[in-house]
Amino acid sequence: MSDVVEELVEREYAFGFHTDLDTDIAPKGLSEDVVRLISAKKDEPEWLLEWRLAAYRHFLTLDEPDWSSVQHPPIDYQDMHYWAAPKPKAPGPDSLDEVDPEVRAMFDKLGISIAEQERLSGVAVDAIIDSVSVATTFKARLAESGVIFCSFSDAVRDHPELVRRYLGSVVPYRDNFFATLNSAVFSDGSFAYIPAGVTCPMELSTYFRINTAQTGQFERTLIVAEDGATVSYLEGCTAPMRDENQLHAAVVELVALDDASIKYSTVQNWYPGDADGKGGIYNFVTKRGRCGDRAKISWTQVETGSAITWKYPSVILQGDDSVGEFYSVAVTANHQQADTGTKMIHIGRNTSSTIVSKGISAGHAQNAYRGLVKVLRSAEGARSHTQCDSLLLGSTCGAHTFPYIEVKNDTAQVEHEASTTKVDEDQLFYCRQRGLSQEDATSMIVNGFCREVFDELPMEFAVEAQALLRVSLEGSVG
Amino acid sequence: MLHIQGLTASIAGTTILRGLDLDIAPGEVHAVMGPNGAGKSTLSNVLTGREGYEVGGTVTYDGNDLLAMSPEERAVRGIFLAFQYPVEIPGVGNMYFLRTALNAVRHERGEDPLDAMTFLRVAKEQMAALDIDPAFLSRSVNSGFSGGEKKRNEVLQMTMLEPRLAILDETDSGLDIDALRVVADGVSRLRSPDRSMLIITHYPRLLDLVRPDRVHVLSAGRIIRSGDHTLADELEVDGYASTVAAAAS
Repeated sequence: MSDVVEELVEREYAFGFHTDLDTDIAPKGLSEDVVRLISAKKDEPEWLLEWRLAAYRHFLTLDEPDWSSVQHPPIDYQDMHYWAAPKPKAPGPDSLDEVDPEVRAMFDKLGISIAEQERLSGVAVDAIIDSVSVATTFKARLAESGVIFCSFSDAVRDHPELVRRYLGSVVPYRDNFFATLNSAVFSDGSFAYIPAGVTCPMELSTYFRINTAQTGQFERTLIVAEDGATVSYLEGCTAPMRDENQLHAAVVELVALDDASIKYSTVQNWYPGDADGKGGIYNFVTKRGRCGDRAKISWTQVETGSAITWKYPSVILQGDDSVGEFYSVAVTANHQQADTGTKMIHIGRNTSSTIVSKGISAGHAQNAYRGLVKVLRSAEGARSHTQCDSLLLGSTCGAHTFPYIEVKNDTAQVEHEASTTKVDEDQLFYCRQRGLSQEDATSMIVNGFCREVFDELPMEFAVEAQALLRVSLEGSVG
Repeated sequence: MLHIQGLTASIAGTTILRGLDLDIAPGEVHAVMGPNGAGKSTLSNVLTGREGYEVGGTVTYDGNDLLAMSPEERAVRGIFLAFQYPVEIPGVGNMYFLRTALNAVRHERGEDPLDAMTFLRVAKEQMAALDIDPAFLSRSVNSGFSGGEKKRNEVLQMTMLEPRLAILDETDSGLDIDALRVVADGVSRLRSPDRSMLIITHYPRLLDLVRPDRVHVLSAGRIIRSGDHTLADELEVDGYASTVAAAAS
């Protein structure tokens, strides 16, 4: 057991480098002036500034929520920067060639060569460092099919009518403490719009990176799929290793109109803190989608990073026959904490939802599934199935399940299954007797445990997710 | 190739093996028989490095100290255990599992790993010979397999991994006559001058199909009698009681 502990301590975060970029940074603290400054920096229209200010004023009336199971020292919202941006060497990069070479080098280090991605994989990538979108690839090819994929700021400038129509339509600025904060100070993010009847010709992808110290990252993503449109979207996240905790409070809104389909996949690998629980990202995220008739929204998430993860990607099943899915793998090791799950709100008739949650805990970590299935009176014939499995590695970690089920229509069928298991000694020995090392055996068993969720990821990211899982659990065998 | 001397083993304070001696030469097939509780499964567990036992005595394998090796080291050096109760691993593809195991063994032998296509070709040949449905490969390891299917899967793994010492721990228990024949055929096909086998069983019927070179009777943690395959026939007629009583007197 002792060498296991040792290995745990030595577990390193591979993405923990920091890049020296010339950064434009606002003074620390949150105030109306800072909100105005952010809006001015981005040259925003008046209506958006007003929206931010309304959110800011509402924020002043709120207290941080304390209902989740995560524990952390109080967050000082006045002791962080709300705006930091790499200074462009030339104003506004229009193409990849104009992106700051140091930014490019940083992405190369992350294993995300933007140029390579564009050339080889056919995945359109938007990269966001600290607060600002630095490159959106493949714009031209997407435009041919009418798809808009750009930074949120560009969308505000170039497609204000779309942004105004849908911003806050799924997650209003009054929604919750962190969403309200985000609404006041969000800096950038991604925007995607898929016109009616169009199947997006490639995967859309955003990489988020927090680089500057003592900076919160508040990005906002808005995806609109018009009637009959289809899109698959992936986000990946990393951050440097720092001793202090950094706040990440993002908002993602998905709008799937009638017969539309949105698949949203996340591989979240923010810095989790060191083996003693020092440092790491506080990840407080609000993600929600709204379905029209026969529309489908599918969330898939692989959460291996962050000191604290607090997120509940949800689906409002408003349209008749709409479908919501949530597939989640949440891995916590060392002193990480996760309180994550989903909300499925059945409003339309014959709506259905599927929830598959796999929680894995190691070390001193705590992992909670919190999920709500709500069937309103109007949701005749609604169906929901939840499967919630927890796997424990070692005896000092914890798994918790908090399912909330509210059913107001008695034609609904709601099922919930849950299990908690330890990595089985017999399975480990069987694998080792076939020549696999203890580490390889554990990794194989845990990957098998997560199979149903990994199968939902786009192919290339499924491979990445498996590799990530392995790194996250390195030394956690016991 | 395998030399066991004075092997003792206890678990949670209970002594199970009490000084067991056994020598297996290359190419030989040995059977260890015995009543329930004699220590048969403990023997296979200790030889393959299962944790949780206090072990004494010496075991040398190809001149090396076997007891000092980890389970995976023993495995890649050619010791294969066909499990009495093959373990289910949900979500892990049978093909992926078998290829990973095979490549671990090949790596130790200094051979290049087999790519997926080559592996598939070889596996399908072996499966045809063992009368195993090719759909086997795409299922999760032993997950939802019937008892007979699990045992066939063990024989398939054994065939693919080409061990130097194969240990079969009551592989014949709970099998109908057809499945028993598959296991027996698999074992017979694997017999070769440089491969040794240790068949651990409660029932003599597998030994009717696979004629072992030597048969040993294990009782109360020791080998109390050894002979050729006719000893198995004798046990079938008389049961263990008379042998055990004779040894005690």
